[in-house]
Amino acid sequence: MSNIHHLPPLKLSGLEPLVITPETNFVNVGERTNVTGSRKFLRLIKEENYEEALSVALDQVRGGAQIIDVNMDEGMLDGEKAMVKFLNLMASEPEIARIPVMIDSSKWEIIEAGLKCVQGKPVVNSISLKAGEEEFIRQAKKVKMYGAAVIVMAFDEKGQADSYDRRIEICKRSYDILVNVVKFPPQDIIFDPNIFPVATGIEEHNNNAVDFFRATKWIKENLPGAKVSGGVSNVSFSFRGNNAVREAMHSAFLYHGIKHGMDMGIVNPSMLEVYEEIPKDLLERVEDVLLNRRDDATERLLSFAETFVGAEKSKVADEEWRKGTVEERLSHALVKGIVDYIDADTEEARLKYDRPIEVIEGPLMSGMNIVGDLFGSGKMFLPQVVKSARVMKKSVAYLTPYIEAEKSEGTKTNGKVLMATVKGDVHDIGKNIVGVVLGCNNYEVVDMGVMVPCEKILETAKAENVDVIGLSGLITPSLDEMVYVAKEMERGGFEVPLLIGGATTSRVHTAVKIEQHYKKGQAVHVLDASRSVTVVESLLSKERKGVFVEDIRQEYQKLRDYHEKKHGQKEFLSIEDARANKFPIEWKAEDIAKPKFLGTKVFEEYPLAELVDYIDWTPFFQTWELAGKFPKILEDEVVGVEAKKLYDDAQKLLKRIVGEKWLTANAVIGIWPANAEGDDIVLFTDESRKTKLETLHSLRQQTKKAATASNIALADYVAPRETGLEDYVGAFAVTAGVGIEKWIKKFEEDHDDYNSILLKALADRLAEAFAERMHERVRKEFWGYEPNEDLSNDELIKEKYRGIRPAPGYPACPDHTEKPTIFKLLNADKASITLTESLAMMPAASVSGLYFAHPESKYFGLGKITKDQVEDYAKRKGMSIEQVERWMSPNLGY
Amino acid sequence: MKKDIKKELEKRILVLDGAMGTMIQRYKLEEEDFRGERFKDHSLPLKGNNDLLSITRPDIIKDIHREYYEAGADIAETNTFSSTTIAQADYELDEQTVYDLNFESAKIAREVADVFTTKNPDKPRFVAGSIGPTNRTASLSPDVNDPGYRAINFDQLKEAYKHQAQALLDGGVDIFLIETIFDTLNAKAALFAVYELMDEVGQDVPVMVSGTITDASGRTLSGQTTEAFLVSVSHFPLLSVGLNCALGARQLRPYLQTLDKKADYLVSAHPNAGLPNEFGEYDETPEQMQEQIKEFLDEGLINIIGGCCGTTPGHIKAIAEVSAQYQPRPLQKLAEV
Repeated sequence: MSNIHHLPPLKLSGLEPLVITPETNFVNVGERTNVTGSRKFLRLIKEENYEEALSVALDQVRGGAQIIDVNMDEGMLDGEKAMVKFLNLMASEPEIARIPVMIDSSKWEIIEAGLKCVQGKPVVNSISLKAGEEEFIRQAKKVKMYGAAVIVMAFDEKGQADSYDRRIEICKRSYDILVNVVKFPPQDIIFDPNIFPVATGIEEHNNNAVDFFRATKWIKENLPGAKVSGGVSNVSFSFRGNNAVREAMHSAFLYHGIKHGMDMGIVNPSMLEVYEEIPKDLLERVEDVLLNRRDDATERLLSFAETFVGAEKSKVADEEWRKGTVEERLSHALVKGIVDYIDADTEEARLKYDRPIEVIEGPLMSGMNIVGDLFGSGKMFLPQVVKSARVMKKSVAYLTPYIEAEKSEGTKTNGKVLMATVKGDVHDIGKNIVGVVLGCNNYEVVDMGVMVPCEKILETAKAENVDVIGLSGLITPSLDEMVYVAKEMERGGFEVPLLIGGATTSRVHTAVKIEQHYKKGQAVHVLDASRSVTVVESLLSKERKGVFVEDIRQEYQKLRDYHEKKHGQKEFLSIEDARANKFPIEWKAEDIAKPKFLGTKVFEEYPLAELVDYIDWTPFFQTWELAGKFPKILEDEVVGVEAKKLYDDAQKLLKRIVGEKWLTANAVIGIWPANAEGDDIVLFTDESRKTKLETLHSLRQQTKKAATASNIALADYVAPRETGLEDYVGAFAVTAGVGIEKWIKKFEEDHDDYNSILLKALADRLAEAFAERMHERVRKEFWGYEPNEDLSNDELIKEKYRGIRPAPGYPACPDHTEKPTIFKLLNADKASITLTESLAMMPAASVSGLYFAHPESKYFGLGKITKDQVEDYAKRKGMSIEQVERWMSPNLGY
Repeated sequence: MKKDIKKELEKRILVLDGAMGTMIQRYKLEEEDFRGERFKDHSLPLKGNNDLLSITRPDIIKDIHREYYEAGADIAETNTFSSTTIAQADYELDEQTVYDLNFESAKIAREVADVFTTKNPDKPRFVAGSIGPTNRTASLSPDVNDPGYRAINFDQLKEAYKHQAQALLDGGVDIFLIETIFDTLNAKAALFAVYELMDEVGQDVPVMVSGTITDASGRTLSGQTTEAFLVSVSHFPLLSVGLNCALGARQLRPYLQTLDKKADYLVSAHPNAGLPNEFGEYDETPEQMQEQIKEFLDEGLINIIGGCCGTTPGHIKAIAEVSAQYQPRPLQKLAEV
């Protein structure tokens, strides 16, 4: 039977191919587009509400179905017509049409009508010997001529196979006819050896599942090339209404089915419990039934099921997985991100395998492949993946000394990726996440850290012979640095792909500013960590790279053309006209509050506990690529469970950070007498307003507005000198990141990316919370214009207070070069906050900005500006036009 | 004595001829040429229905075949790209006429081929019956407001194709060439028809299948990737699978590489003479095309090579010269598993 290895794999297709190899673990067939299985779908088809029926199909695809089963067998329906109509409609939806179709009917006419509608290679479900050999042969020949694979039911003239012997007898007979008479390709034959209900109370049914498992094993061993499939939900038929038990039965059934060689199954993914998460007592009873292990199995499960509501998942079950083989345990630990036993399990595996490297190449890699697949198909979320990576890293770290002692070569990876946050920038959360995700997908990541100069990047890229270079950055000047790196790569004769990522980067910027400078290779913008794998994979794939790069080039060309056109279309006002349309404030003395103090105030070692309640959690989840508003996200249908876990982990760590004083929070605030002079804001040393302390420069919106809207600059919020009013402006710099390095280092030494990223993300949140809290205190105490303000955190997040605190580098004030002025005013180094050459703040978890208190001041986005303002601004700031253009490049409208 | 094309393909790369339409244009024909005696009273204008010339100006079609064979082509395609009842329905030509188009076209090409084979039996010439995609798509709706609508169905296509294949076979073709496939479901109907016919007449005719990648995303008009297309037509023992039209040789290369890697069949290509210029003309010279095709050959991608839109005997000569210097792509025992 060894010739099974010489048969080609089962290949199916929709708009894209699906190749099922022996390595394919299990193929999910989506079942909700089946009128016999879904009342909702039946109703939609009956009502001819095809649009919603299509969305059912789309949900299946998005839910991870690799094949989509369509069944229109219902007495009240014209099955042929409905099948044709629905398949035709599915063909018009590329996202659905991507995957192969399973044409499911007990009527040959409906199957044939379906076969005439699909351009890809579908699966017929099903034919059988029910009506005799002649009909079977006729149908099989047709199936072959229409170019489909086929599911054969274990059914013959005498009826449906209900024992092990009958199953193998019918399958063998069907196989021989198909292969020898019809010349049907053996690899295109899929058997359905009948999944029947168990625990029905009828004794003959007790062995139903066991017979299926044994028959599956026999088929895989004796009928070369043949596959096995089945409709799983049948098995739990007796427990309709008790979903907790049904779900447990389905996953336990699949678990054993797959072990016996089952290749695919018609499954409702939402009716599947994770095998390892089935409560131990329930699992035991379910498996007693499935495996027919004891005579009273049915009674025991039935009586248990009555009491089992399924809501509370017993803690005892959590340790059940410890009973598996070491491979299973490693895989479980990886998928679930459990580090507790990893050293012991790794040691056990090391002793079991001949060489330590085999532990990595074998169980660890296959576990990580599962993680990669689940993440790729949207069944796992980023926080889980990062936890999995932590387990992997720990295990690898445990093995490394043994591998080195053996002096063997390292494992073969998919490629080497250099990652760096560019010179002048210190932000690395996103970069680290991408590194972890790539690492999980078996790429070797050379992480150069933050503030890496171009020469260093290129030098290392050469020395390490990397396959891809990835640049990251968060602040605007990093964009220029990336352009510079791209140019240097071109000059240095590099050809490896260049990935661009980070919060300020964009597809448009990459297309317009970076790509054309690196012709020898390809620059690609990567939106988030989840895209990074596909992008790197495509770029390193010999087959796909050409098409992928060609697509990117065309897309970027289009973006450039569009950008060009858009530029021409936007209408701008000259800076004079924009000033004439400034934000109209009727200046009144009562709107201006006299601050309770002037000058600066330093806050050292600010109590972290006070800040916790001011945290805005929504951006925290965004960092982890979980979309949704807090706290609703914790209940979210898709990401809720993982969001909740992440939130719990964050709370735990936050407690330690606060309780054990991991981080030091410092702040400086200042308020000064100030008046606007044109678009500048002049700060004075004291109330006499005679001596200029510093000048802040603001930029004015220039896009042409609707009649009633103004062209705003921050200076508009400060009383102009000519009003004779005495106004004020404040500034702040806060950090919550002092002392973080020590802890990051500790986590990294412990191969714990998860907690390292978590800590950085929390420090960022604390810094933002600190800014929020200081602003509140400024309003209530230090400036004191709202002593009685009493807003909830939610209201604070919604900015319901009077006044604003715009930060340089953000929309109202995109120019980072205002930061040195603010830092000088505040003497911010007193709070241990400094600026890099690109004007990023160190520590990274810092926030700085200005306070404006006028009741009418509000946030706005500057948008694009034109050359006349740039020239004027350069003159006001004493910078060259080129310098201003460089810093303001994302905002240039010309 | 008839030569076996499979044997020839083991020995060398075979050359398919070039464009028919491009050559016909050179004759600057008028409505009368298309009508001839037989259709002089036909109710609709017939100018532009090139397939008709096999009946009304067989001299021209023969000349074109002769020129291509002289240039070094091993296989000539019959002048039947649009000779199905479906495509000819626009001209209101009946079933018998469509049969005659195919039969006469096959006969003409056969005659010319045999003359060349007799002259030089070491280089046998073959005739491929050209089976075009028709002007309808079975898996796309022509009506954007009704995506479930189809202007043609599988059975209608199958009937039309079977009728065409029968006439081509009666006229003496050696091969069926199902080409310019923009919708794989159309091609599956053609394959169904051809194999049903072969089963009925008890004759084994080699079948070539050639798809068309319509844009740079690497997909057919009906949205399939090259590999999905290949999987969808792999249920028959084809002589070859390949790509033609829409793109020039340079743009075709990545997709041929896919076929080379994945296909269990011989691989063919007949690209256009580049991409059309702003006037819709193909202006790649024979030398330019030769250079690009040399790249295919260097990579060992090819068993059968020729030209589509815009190619002329000059192009085919250049292609034949360069491909004579190369070994054919070896047929892998098994595509990658």
